[in-house]
Amino acid sequence: MVEKGHSHGDNAKYYSLRAEAIQELLIEKGICSMDDILTMADQIDSRSPEDGAKVLAHAWVDSEYKARLLADAETALMELGYDLPETAPKLTVLENTDDVHNMAVCTLCSCYPRAIIGRPPAWYKGLAYRSRVVVDPRGVLKEFGTELDESIEVRVIDSSADFRYLILPKRPAGTEEMSEEELAKLITQESMIGVGLAVSPEQTKSI
Amino acid sequence: MAKFQPGDQVRIRVGVPPTHFRTPEYVQGKHGQIETSWGPFPNPEGLAYGGDGLPAQPLYLVKFAQTDLWKEYKGAAQDTLLLDIYENWLETI
Amino acid sequence: MPKVHDRGGWPNEDPIDHSEHEMEEWERKVDALNGVLGERGLKTSDQLRRAIESMDLETYESLAYYEKWTAAMEMLLVEQGIMTTDEIDAKMKTLEQGKK
Repeated sequence: MVEKGHSHGDNAKYYSLRAEAIQELLIEKGICSMDDILTMADQIDSRSPEDGAKVLAHAWVDSEYKARLLADAETALMELGYDLPETAPKLTVLENTDDVHNMAVCTLCSCYPRAIIGRPPAWYKGLAYRSRVVVDPRGVLKEFGTELDESIEVRVIDSSADFRYLILPKRPAGTEEMSEEELAKLITQESMIGVGLAVSPEQTKSI
Repeated sequence: MAKFQPGDQVRIRVGVPPTHFRTPEYVQGKHGQIETSWGPFPNPEGLAYGGDGLPAQPLYLVKFAQTDLWKEYKGAAQDTLLLDIYENWLETI
Repeated sequence: MPKVHDRGGWPNEDPIDHSEHEMEEWERKVDALNGVLGERGLKTSDQLRRAIESMDLETYESLAYYEKWTAAMEMLLVEQGIMTTDEIDAKMKTLEQGKK
């Protein structure tokens, strides 16, 4: 069966109309307003991988901040002005090192640290990634162009309950002179999920 | 009170209840080790039906050796998998 | 037909599709509505998951992401007595006629 990531065709027509009907009824019944929905949409739009990259780059340059971020991500995020919504699930940051490489998945659905890095990419929600990454993480890494040494422990974290996991990628070599702002540009969405590494300075030159 | 401490070996209960549950089937019946004890969380098996999820269930981050989970694991021997499991799904070995 | 729980380890040889698509406005609204219902105490992610898991395998695999969410939210709103399926059907008809 062909998997459908996004909506098109008759199903899309039906469900988009059905969703509109549900929203209208909720508005008529006084449960929420269209303004509430659009405000929430804007709020969700306002979070993106750049937010996560900013926080993680700060952790790269300030080891005390990094320790606080790893110990209690939510409090550490507040220091940088990120207040997670009250309804957001708990957030934990896992650090990738020379010895351990973490990568995140949700095999049950699509749990993701949305409160800090926005909506997940389409492939993260797809069945191919969710089915395979737990059983063949190194094969999946290769599909993303990421090859790791045999000696590294590859750790898959399946977000199955109340925690969402954000990965702190390893700081690439040769970045000692870079500013925090420049460093943040090296931290991609894929590296914060753990299917990729942070971009190296050589790679940015070749782009 | 949390029944398990970090380092404890546990076995994941086997079962596919007709209701909502969080424990993936691929870890059921497998042995793992408690990595972190997160404290009590409302039980999703109640929350899923609009209940209050009480009594809360202690939640743990549990670590598995990949070679224990999959007979034909193709990666390295030291590779692991971690996931959060509620105490009602854990058995003492 | 089996229901879908976790997908971990299910046989799947499809290559990972790296393409992104621009979100449709209706999908963006469904995404937001999920948050609004959460704030109103009318939905928890546990409830949404349970509703999605109650779909049969064929429905689960044939619906796109936000189509599943729409179907699941409808289930939750109807079972809580917030609205009925008949009301939704009727409203859909009105909307459809308005668009013609």
